[in-house]
Amino acid sequence: MVGSAQTHRLTSGGLIDRSTPLSFRFDGKTFTGFQGDTLASALVANGVKLVGRSFKYHRPRGILTAGSEEPNALVELRSGARREPNTKATTAELYEGLEAASQNRWPSLSFDVMAINQLFAPIFVAGFYYKTFMWPAKFWEAIYEPAIRRAAGLGRAASVPDPDHYDKAWAHCDVVIAGSGPAGLTAALAAGRSGARVILCEEDFVLGGRLLADGGMIDGLPAAEWIARTRGELAAMPDVRIMTRTTLFGVYDGGTYGAIERVNDHLPVPPEHQVRQRLWRIVAKRCLVAAGSIERPIVFAGNDTPGVMMASAMRSYISRYAATPAGRIALFTNNEDGWRTVETAIAAGLQVAAVIDARPDVSPAHRSLASKGGFPVLNGSVSAVDGGKNGVRKIAVSLTGGARAEVEADGLAVSGGWNPAVGLTSYHRGRPKWRDDIAAFVPDGAPPGMVAAGAANGAFGLGACLREGFEAGAAAAQDAGRSGNIGSMPVADDEAFSLTPLWHVAGKGKAFVDQQHDVTASDVELAQREGFQSVEHLKRYTTLGMATDQGKTSNVAGLAIMAAVTGKSIPETGTTIYRPPYVPVAIGAFAGHHRDENFHATRLTPSHHWAAEQGAVFVDTGLWKRAQWYPRAGETDWLQSVTREVKAVRGGVGFCDVSTLGKIDVHGPDAGAFLDRVYINSFSSLAVGKARYGLMLREDGIVYDDGTTSRLAEDHYFLTTTTAKAGPVMQHLEFCRQVLLPELDVQLTSVSDQWAQFSIAGPKTRDLLKEIVDPAEDLSNEGFPFMGAREVKLSGGIKARLFRISFSGEMAFEISVPARYGEALVRNLMIAGKPFGVTPYGTEALGVMRIEKGHVAGPELNGTTTAADLGLGKMMSTKKDFIGRVMAGREALTAPNRQVVVGIKPTDKARRLRSGAHIIPKGEVPGPDNDQGYVTSVCFSPVLDQWIGLSLVERGRERIGEIVRAHDPLRGEEYDVELCNSVFYDPEGGRQRG
Amino acid sequence: MRIVCPFCGERELGEYTYLGDAKPQRPAADAGEDAVYDYVYLRDNIAGVMSEHWYHGGGCRAWLKVTRNTLTHEISAVEPTAGAGAAKVGV
Repeated sequence: MVGSAQTHRLTSGGLIDRSTPLSFRFDGKTFTGFQGDTLASALVANGVKLVGRSFKYHRPRGILTAGSEEPNALVELRSGARREPNTKATTAELYEGLEAASQNRWPSLSFDVMAINQLFAPIFVAGFYYKTFMWPAKFWEAIYEPAIRRAAGLGRAASVPDPDHYDKAWAHCDVVIAGSGPAGLTAALAAGRSGARVILCEEDFVLGGRLLADGGMIDGLPAAEWIARTRGELAAMPDVRIMTRTTLFGVYDGGTYGAIERVNDHLPVPPEHQVRQRLWRIVAKRCLVAAGSIERPIVFAGNDTPGVMMASAMRSYISRYAATPAGRIALFTNNEDGWRTVETAIAAGLQVAAVIDARPDVSPAHRSLASKGGFPVLNGSVSAVDGGKNGVRKIAVSLTGGARAEVEADGLAVSGGWNPAVGLTSYHRGRPKWRDDIAAFVPDGAPPGMVAAGAANGAFGLGACLREGFEAGAAAAQDAGRSGNIGSMPVADDEAFSLTPLWHVAGKGKAFVDQQHDVTASDVELAQREGFQSVEHLKRYTTLGMATDQGKTSNVAGLAIMAAVTGKSIPETGTTIYRPPYVPVAIGAFAGHHRDENFHATRLTPSHHWAAEQGAVFVDTGLWKRAQWYPRAGETDWLQSVTREVKAVRGGVGFCDVSTLGKIDVHGPDAGAFLDRVYINSFSSLAVGKARYGLMLREDGIVYDDGTTSRLAEDHYFLTTTTAKAGPVMQHLEFCRQVLLPELDVQLTSVSDQWAQFSIAGPKTRDLLKEIVDPAEDLSNEGFPFMGAREVKLSGGIKARLFRISFSGEMAFEISVPARYGEALVRNLMIAGKPFGVTPYGTEALGVMRIEKGHVAGPELNGTTTAADLGLGKMMSTKKDFIGRVMAGREALTAPNRQVVVGIKPTDKARRLRSGAHIIPKGEVPGPDNDQGYVTSVCFSPVLDQWIGLSLVERGRERIGEIVRAHDPLRGEEYDVELCNSVFYDPEGGRQRG
Repeated sequence: MRIVCPFCGERELGEYTYLGDAKPQRPAADAGEDAVYDYVYLRDNIAGVMSEHWYHGGGCRAWLKVTRNTLTHEISAVEPTAGAGAAKVGV
């Protein structure tokens, strides 16, 4: 189907490029527009009036505005993975091949079944859902809510991942300016000429703001020429950055501003390697809000009929886009500015049916314009609009004095005055203040460093905008320490201002306050009758101002109606709290590149690439990827591989990358004294060349972390942490050093990334090490005893650190080499270890061997256990103060019935154990009253040829030998287990000392 | 929010970690359980100007004492803690 061919386009004028026609589709019909159009202006140019159905009543809706305040003309833009719901047709730039669809209608926009809701409109009032769908309660989730969501709502989000990229960036400047209308441009000129670093943000794709539609003469030049000249001057300044398609949407502490740049939204698909949007955080010494003002509607019956349009928007379509929203228009205004639409319409050759002016006095100039144009000026108000999905047909007018009149027109321009855009200035709980002379709220209490200028500050005249912007720009630059010559100020005349406030015209039929959420004037009155008088209650009860447009056209009218029914003034009624963002910002832009595998950084161990070559299976542990096991040909499941790796270590030799452990060098004459205070056991007494297992508590007495720490020199310790706590322990130790123990002469250096560390374990460890360590190094049991630690030279001269510590229970060393040699070391271990059958093992085998040895790890150091719970109570020194000492002695932390670490094994040797199972005394009914603990860690033990585990069980160590029930409701299992010694393998420790 | 680190200059909030009230002093070793209990658990939560501990983990790893208005986020002073910065000279 082909739509009409720009039947409503003027043959000349406007800021569109007639030499670049663009074809686009709306609801399946093909149309054409021009470069420079928005989707809305292209629809207007093609005579399309009906663009959507309303949220609740499915009423036909047209285009109300020409900017980001649009409540009605929301479309699904693009298709497939790029389908973007609730996109404002008024800000969507037209591009070749654009595809858009109207929303909230079925089967079609023209014939919408759910429009039947209009017949039930009397019952769909504010609070209807809450009042009606209350019983039975369980029906809400299953029946009511899904049904309501189907009937009400807006567009559909894409159901597949977004294929585009989003970026995040920082920018720093002296002055950031929001808006490039007359005030924003002169502000940028003054600040830029001062030498300030300026960022000028404009949400539109061209500079100029209202000048683009309203024109005027500045410095004797027509507005378009003045904009071009100003843009040229700004662009030539090296420290001024002009950012179009960029909306300043939020204000954050310390002069940080959020801005969203729609880098490639104006193209069907972003060019290769380019982002779709970029989220900016702009740090600025000063912020100038020159965001202009928003024309406000007047609420009357039928004010949502397609063809009813804001007067300024109608001017925009005619002047900027050379598109005529109607052939015969009427104007309903309460102020002088609205008349400019009549002037524009006449100049474009449109018919004017009538002007309905609520003011008693209309200027002689306008009266003569009317008599020349041959249209009546009616003193009164529009009381109803007759029309439907095809637009306005007739307008009913209540004349002052009580008589009625009727006007035939196919378009109605409405102007209720202007509201300064007070969003940005109010985001830090600033409350805008009311100005009676312009009947509008203006900014007050803006965040530090921010000022408003021009129409955003209530200065509506062109001359005033230029002046305020220029002065504010100069002042902001000066505040930022820039004082260059600002040159002369652009000047223009001010227009006459006259306005008689009018918010709501009483009449029959639905009169909409918030068109996006279908909130009517009678909903506001109902809220008042039901006690929801506070503006915040009014907002929640009626949902006034809560839609994607955040009530830009509706909030002030809503509270003015509330003020009228409560008998209060508008400032007494007050405004709701303003919150960012000023325009909707996609979650994807906030996420930026941090999605999927880039959601967080990935840390690779020094042996990662080698392990990947071996076909290792990796597991994520925090940011790290660690080799979990190394499958070999013929192995069909992980248990086979892990069991083989454990057997190879226990019977020969294996190695495992343990570089992920946190590593901290502790230097200084007081290093030992410092460690005594952070560990529960003593380290000042540790001999040089020795390692010791250490345990840290939190100040509340609970175990924080463990690891081995070695003394490499009198004033140098090398401390290790668990993988998970590497960062937090560093922070904790720095706190101890800087805040709690500043008198100690000690320094901490994080060296986690500097050392590659491997555990080499098994009875043949020494044989393997001899192949890679310099022959002069004595590795014998006497020369390098258990818990020895010292620097050694490797064959070839590399210095390494060697620690005779064992997590596996075997004869073992841990070896550290500078991280850059880590991969070379692994490859050499494989070559040198070939005769001994050296076997790389992963974190699973590591875990199996630590459970066999009864070593505690993360599942036991779980933030609830004390040193005594872990069976390490005796380590707590009584001869010194240490972090957590006093609190560890509290009654509940030393109670005899605490759950403590104990081993378990199934009575049926063939049974598999699962961690998480609860421990229940035999013969008792499972439940909270009989719950005595749970299983923390399990593994299949190759040496015992059965499953074993560690658990936390009440008085567990006193009950060794007792048979209890393991109750696992999650997996539907229950079985007998025996409580046993937690050290399953080589309890005497002969192997690791051998 | 931006904090001026005495060692690194003005840096963005994301480089810092918040700990909390900087007023409580760790009691002496013989102070007894009640004093330690107070130190560990009892914290002021002032609506207004407060002295707080912040950690510049994304920069120099200094622990800082930041005077901040919890209502406005205005930061009026940033000082290094007693042991922050370079090694003790002449100790």
